[in-house]
Amino acid sequence: MSKLIDEVKDSRRKYDVGSWIVPIIAVLTAMLVASVLMLIQGLDPMLAYKSLFTTAFGSSEGIAATLGKATPLVLSGLAVTLGLRAGLFNIGVQGQLLTGALASAWAGYALSNLPPLVHIALALAFGFFFGALVGAIAGYLKAFRGVHEVITTIMLNSIVMGIVDYLASNPFKEADQALTRTPQILDSVRLPMFGNFPSGFFLAAALAFLMWWILGFTTTGFRFNTVGRNRFAAWYAGISYKKTIFFAMLFSGGIAGLGGAVETLGITYRFEPAFNLGLGFDGITIALLGRVHPVGIIPGAILIGGMRAGAADMQFDAGVAPELVDLLLAMILFFVTAPLISRFFKNSANRSLTGGWGN
Amino acid sequence: MITLVKRRGSYYFLAVTLATLYLYSQSANITTSVFSIAVTFAMPLALAAMVGIMCERTGIVNIGIEGTLLLSSFVAFYVAIAAKSILIGFVAAMATGVAMSLLLALMSVTWKMDQIIAGTILNILATGLTSFFYIQGNMLPSMFKQKPIPGLSNLPFFGDVLFKHGLLMYLGFVVIITLYYGLFHTPWGLRTRSVGEHPSSADTAGVSVSRMRYVNVAVAGAIGGLCGSYLVLELVGSWNRGFTAGKGFTALALMIFGRWNPMGALAAAMFFGLAQAGANQLMINGTVNIPPQFVGILPYVMTIIVLAISAGKVRPPAAEGQPYEKGQS
Repeated sequence: MSKLIDEVKDSRRKYDVGSWIVPIIAVLTAMLVASVLMLIQGLDPMLAYKSLFTTAFGSSEGIAATLGKATPLVLSGLAVTLGLRAGLFNIGVQGQLLTGALASAWAGYALSNLPPLVHIALALAFGFFFGALVGAIAGYLKAFRGVHEVITTIMLNSIVMGIVDYLASNPFKEADQALTRTPQILDSVRLPMFGNFPSGFFLAAALAFLMWWILGFTTTGFRFNTVGRNRFAAWYAGISYKKTIFFAMLFSGGIAGLGGAVETLGITYRFEPAFNLGLGFDGITIALLGRVHPVGIIPGAILIGGMRAGAADMQFDAGVAPELVDLLLAMILFFVTAPLISRFFKNSANRSLTGGWGN
Repeated sequence: MITLVKRRGSYYFLAVTLATLYLYSQSANITTSVFSIAVTFAMPLALAAMVGIMCERTGIVNIGIEGTLLLSSFVAFYVAIAAKSILIGFVAAMATGVAMSLLLALMSVTWKMDQIIAGTILNILATGLTSFFYIQGNMLPSMFKQKPIPGLSNLPFFGDVLFKHGLLMYLGFVVIITLYYGLFHTPWGLRTRSVGEHPSSADTAGVSVSRMRYVNVAVAGAIGGLCGSYLVLELVGSWNRGFTAGKGFTALALMIFGRWNPMGALAAAMFFGLAQAGANQLMINGTVNIPPQFVGILPYVMTIIVLAISAGKVRPPAAEGQPYEKGQS
């Protein structure tokens, strides 16, 4: 009972000052630690950060590139968020995203003679559908066979990687090309620019707001949240635990697949296995940085998208390896989830988001 | 129930033995070499599964095994190069494994954080650190060489399969057998399991739950260090980004498949090793023509199938994943 009261208090505390100040301090602390590492390597951290952020946010082209990088990150963050809300830790966003990216690329080059809008919608739907398919496998195994989603999604990541690599290097391969990649998608299926900015970003942001509405104000969202908080309470309220888990995983995978599709149709214009590496794992950091709130992930995605967009220039200007961004993300994740900062602000961050294998 | 499980286990064992005998009678050389290679594939998986078993038997979920392996193999490689001694590299890898484990224990025991997220932090941290500090084009001063054990290595079949390996492989077998004996036949094992099943009872009986968890997770980290050094210093001899390729995750599945029992996990790892080595052999023979990507995903597909069959029928340690607070029931 006391646990339940704690949870209710938790949910009220969500809108406390700590909920937005902790992520900010986490980011700053991570940058501080990273600058110590750069100093050890004999590099200039001030120059590195200056180059990183002026490239990412200093010009309108920079911002456009940042938003482009942020688009799939918003969607992968949303996918992780949806899972966590229903008590599922979807580490398989990476695989679902890759599947969606390849499926939409295929739809983008193999289908022709369609009106542009229909073609775009169809290619996006392909991405969603195949991502959802991968998610549904994990959802089925979790709901009906009791296999923990962390393991199945990790295994599915590797399986998808193998299959996608096979498809991109054999049946879907661009003819007369040494590289493992599909042909370029047709011009008609490219996502249009919105002024100077990629329209995919606005699509992703709209989806984030839609998810906020669904999770916060609809019965479906209530089901997801209740199952995530306490599945026995959900059962008592007459909510089907298995069905909810299955659909949460399916939609989580679908959103991840959509992330891959938007990346293909808006940025890369073709599928190449190496293009989308790491996007899914960044989604975990983004979801937790955004406090598992669908709209809260947008600033996190923009920040990380900016770091990814500016990494190459940072290497050019300050000689810092672009992998610094990976290190920064790891430390951000650590500082945002460890109760070091949140305890200072009396914000209970270490509420359990996931369960053990048996849950 | 237990007798049923044991009986089923012995049926598997009998089937495998018969199949091996048949293959051996067909072609002794190839069968021996496939098994010998299978052991080298199986050992890192088995050791990584031991890390998981050590942690989970005390009630800590460790999905950071992959990160522990990645960082400790990285440290083993570069320290061995810097110190020009693979032995120092090995010790440094063990220390790294312990450090990673202590971080996990700090997050999950002291800070009572969500353990799956704590493990994910280890993984992402290891990926970030290793890819940031990775430098291309280094060579190890030497590797742990094959040292046949006198006498035993002359045995037919078993001599080649089990007793013609390097030092770290033998050490791995010692660790697995010790862990099995320790868990089920010593006071330490009883305490460990009681902390993992019902910490408040263990606490009442005078066992310090958090100390038990810290020590066991730290020892598990040392085993992870052994596994990482085996991979880089004895099996492969070079390091690149993403070196461990998901072995730490496969190990978790093997741990579940092996019912949180060291011998069960070893058998499961051997099954995986055989499947991989067998598939490689079929490719070399040209018996079957499968795209290499499909051979690569074989272990993962098998993991999922195996889990879909066995999960739900196996039961993890009861207190796993939950931080312990004094006074809770």
